[in-house]
Amino acid sequence: MSARIAASIPRHAELALAGEEAVCDPSGALFFPGLSLLAVSDLHLEKGAAFARRGVMLPPYDTAATLARLAMVLETYRPRIVVSLGDSFHDRLGAAHLPPVYRDAISALTAGRDWYWIAGNHDPEAPVGLAGSAVGELCVGGLTFRHEPSPRPCAGEIAGHLHPGARLVRQGRSVRRRCFASDGERLVMPAFGAFTGMLNVLDRAYAGLFGANRLMAYMLGAERVYPIDGTMLSRG
Amino acid sequence: MVTIERPAASAGEVLPAPFRRWFASRGWSPRPHQLDLLDRSQQGRSVLLIAPTGAGKTLAGFLPSLVDLAARGKRKAGSPERGIHTLYISPLKALAVDIERNLGRPVAEMGLPIAVETRTGDTPAHKRTRQKFVPPDILLTTPEQLALLIAAKDADRFFSGLRHVVLDELHSLVTSKRGHMLALGLARLRSLQPRLQTVGLSATVAEPDELRRWLVDQNPPGDMADLITVTGGAKPEITILDTEERVPWSGHSARYAIPDVYDAIRRHRTTLLFVNTRSQAELLFGELWRVNEDSLPIALHHGSLDVGQRRRVEKAMGEGTLRAIVATSTLDLGIDWGDVDLVVHVGAPKGASRLAQRIGRANHRLDEPSRAILVPANRFEVLECRAALEANYLGAQDTPPLIDGALDVLAQHVLGCACGAPFLADELYDEVRRAAPYAGLDRDTFDRVVDFVATGGYALRSYERYAKIRQNKDGRWRVSHPRVAQQYRLNVGTIVEAPALNVRYVRAGGGVASRGGPVLGKVEEAFLETLSPGDTFLFAGKILRFEGIRESECFVSNAPANEAKVPSYAGGKFPLSTYLAREVRGMLADPARWSALPDQVSDWLRLQAEKSVLPPAQDLLVETFPRGNRHYMVAYPFEGRLAHQTLGMLLTRRLERAGAKPLGFVATDYSLAVWGLDDMGLRFRQERPSLDALFDEDMLGDDLDAWLNESWMLKRTFRNCAVIAGLIERRQPGQEKTGRQVTVSADLIYDVLRSHEPDHILLRATRADAAAGLLDVSRLAAMLSRISGRIMHKDLDRISPLAVPIMLEIGRESVAGSAHESLLAEAADSLIDDALGPDFEMR
Repeated sequence: MSARIAASIPRHAELALAGEEAVCDPSGALFFPGLSLLAVSDLHLEKGAAFARRGVMLPPYDTAATLARLAMVLETYRPRIVVSLGDSFHDRLGAAHLPPVYRDAISALTAGRDWYWIAGNHDPEAPVGLAGSAVGELCVGGLTFRHEPSPRPCAGEIAGHLHPGARLVRQGRSVRRRCFASDGERLVMPAFGAFTGMLNVLDRAYAGLFGANRLMAYMLGAERVYPIDGTMLSRG
Repeated sequence: MVTIERPAASAGEVLPAPFRRWFASRGWSPRPHQLDLLDRSQQGRSVLLIAPTGAGKTLAGFLPSLVDLAARGKRKAGSPERGIHTLYISPLKALAVDIERNLGRPVAEMGLPIAVETRTGDTPAHKRTRQKFVPPDILLTTPEQLALLIAAKDADRFFSGLRHVVLDELHSLVTSKRGHMLALGLARLRSLQPRLQTVGLSATVAEPDELRRWLVDQNPPGDMADLITVTGGAKPEITILDTEERVPWSGHSARYAIPDVYDAIRRHRTTLLFVNTRSQAELLFGELWRVNEDSLPIALHHGSLDVGQRRRVEKAMGEGTLRAIVATSTLDLGIDWGDVDLVVHVGAPKGASRLAQRIGRANHRLDEPSRAILVPANRFEVLECRAALEANYLGAQDTPPLIDGALDVLAQHVLGCACGAPFLADELYDEVRRAAPYAGLDRDTFDRVVDFVATGGYALRSYERYAKIRQNKDGRWRVSHPRVAQQYRLNVGTIVEAPALNVRYVRAGGGVASRGGPVLGKVEEAFLETLSPGDTFLFAGKILRFEGIRESECFVSNAPANEAKVPSYAGGKFPLSTYLAREVRGMLADPARWSALPDQVSDWLRLQAEKSVLPPAQDLLVETFPRGNRHYMVAYPFEGRLAHQTLGMLLTRRLERAGAKPLGFVATDYSLAVWGLDDMGLRFRQERPSLDALFDEDMLGDDLDAWLNESWMLKRTFRNCAVIAGLIERRQPGQEKTGRQVTVSADLIYDVLRSHEPDHILLRATRADAAAGLLDVSRLAAMLSRISGRIMHKDLDRISPLAVPIMLEIGRESVAGSAHESLLAEAADSLIDDALGPDFEMR
């Protein structure tokens, strides 16, 4: 057994989508400086409560953790527009039964901003009693924000739903991390929620989404984002 | 050790006539300990029987039951069922099946009206149902099945006639969480049947009194079962391999000894070869076949192999058709041992008691000596083997002390009790403390565990309406929904397997699209993660090419390569026992004892005395020296790999804070090396920091906490606790989660829980577990306190002879970041460092 001490390294990864500059934040949020727009995907708020309802008593702190992280990112980028890219709540009951303390926390975040709740498969209806607009999709400039990626290549599309993660094997060691997945045309965002798992970008669920051999995985480290070429990744 | 001496009862006094006639018909006479145990049992006592293999332990354990049942006679037709009379519990299903066979003979031959049956996970459902209505007199089962039986609604009826519980291989049961579960189950049985008597059957242990308390009600506290100790049996003949070959400085393969070992196999009827890890087993097996010119039937046996394969090997062993078998542990092996006349232990035994138990397996006849050869794999192991050999002749024991009952196991038990019948917290608390591992449990902790079972036990009380157990108006806790009991039954048990995948043969180069061939066994997912298609590894005695993973299966093909990447999955790695560590230190410090060592080893030690200094028995030697463009610090605590890993982690943190820029460390069972760019020798001399400050006991406070919280080891431990405690389900009705899904969510849960409720009961259980197990904190603490003010610093110009073995370990490490790698690769590398943190284990 041995250890090495990691060096300190810069933080962001930048890319362009449909001509729009974007910043991948290690938290899993995507920021467009030119639009003052910040996108997060798959918050899955109240997932712990959803599990508790069927007798699995996960810690009831996931919503608090997710909202605290979101507040930090908003504080960093101070966006004018926020897009929550669907599956904002883990189930329909989530928003309806939301404890007042979280309702207040969300109100503090939405105040003074244009906030869009995009419909997801877990939360197809508008969240009850929260500020912001509920929409199916959103187009801003050349960008299209929707929850599920469309089956055919689609320039400028930003989607979530799949919870992309990537796995890197090097020198007998394996690392699995959430990631932004993009071929330069479209981008699939990592899940932002505290209890959300991930699905490998090489899984067949992603088949046909990205141009051949052009996939880049922007893997989330503790302090920065690492752009890794798709050909270097492993399955599983 | 207390042995209760009293005149042995004679057969005529205690043994009924049919039994006397049966013994006589076989030309046997009952052994004194068998009669003694029967006598004590008839006086209402519980008994611990400590005896070597071949002493007729099993028959002794059952004799009280058989005599009692024989006296009871047949049940009259039409009278009610009488329930289970005797419960036998063993750690192995196979052992229960074996006992059924062995017990069946005397029962049949004496014509006793006694029904003996097994109940394990393999028992068909219809038979289990039938057993509920028509229980056998003697039921042979496992701890998990007992947990299920007491969680059933009809438990009180089922156990209404229970008189005896026989616990086999007690020494191996009591040291694990499985033992905690069993102790709680026993306490439950005692509440149902206060007159219950127990018989514990055990190999020799260091502290028999711990087991004696374990066997009986701990109200009054400290009460003990009687003790019967059978000593004797011929002393084993143990030697250390005498070889012309050079014993290597480091490594664990013992390749140098293969020709000698093969020769020993040739000269004996059947040889049992023990190693410490599965990878060593694979390696040794491969090497033996490489030199197997006579094509002797040599087989391989370890817990990861396919069950069918293992059973075939065991059968061949029983039939005496094998000449040698390579195995990892006695418990992996089945029961039929055949006629073993030699045990070879490759690698150091790591503990004196373990060695004794393994050698004891060689011979099932008490009067013949067992023969054993120890094969040290490197020079430090020569010292260790010598120490173990001397301990064996002295009869020294170093079985680990028992630890307090785990809280995750208690949580599982509390839910099980609620599934059986509604309970009052006061009564259950009282009952639980009657089990020895939980005798010291405080009420507040108990209440928190009950709260955890009900709603997760969180400070933020948002799950009250979803509670799994609730209090009735009369104050009794009951399950809130039948689904809860169903889930409990699917999740019972304390063995959380590392996620493992089937290894299946396919056509070479066919990849995962090929049709599958036979399954060879199971390999841990964590190991497979490190492989890329095309990599080769040793498994099931074959060199295999990794083709890929599909769903829950790993596809492999035959590899043309001669050399394989050895599986590094850790199957049974034991740390050096405290006792042997002390003996090795003593031997190093005392040149008079070196005459017992081979010349090449004693020469090595003399050279060390000349070039540096020998570590004094009670002090800690720390050497510093430059090598290449780096500076090294090597310490020799001899406290085992786990404690050294923890120490290495904490030392590098401190050195970093002191500005000494450490780059890494490596730990073995004997020593620990830290390296960096700064001259550490100079720093210690200038007290920047001083060695005393560096090794100060206060590192076990904040530094340990800070590191622990980030450690992957704690995450892994948390996952196990969460599964056992029922926070994460092992299985759900109709669907089995794969290991990966559990792993991912367990890590996320851990992170959230740690940052929001660090005092949660499950985190407390996790830390207690990690401190006792993976980190060996208690041992590290004892060492730091021992060496306080007794550190000897030797600042050298160059590497010392004693430092060579650990420096070679560093050489084996893969070093990342060579200059020609692309920018991208560097990004990937730094990602690995960043993601895994500085505590990641490299092999």
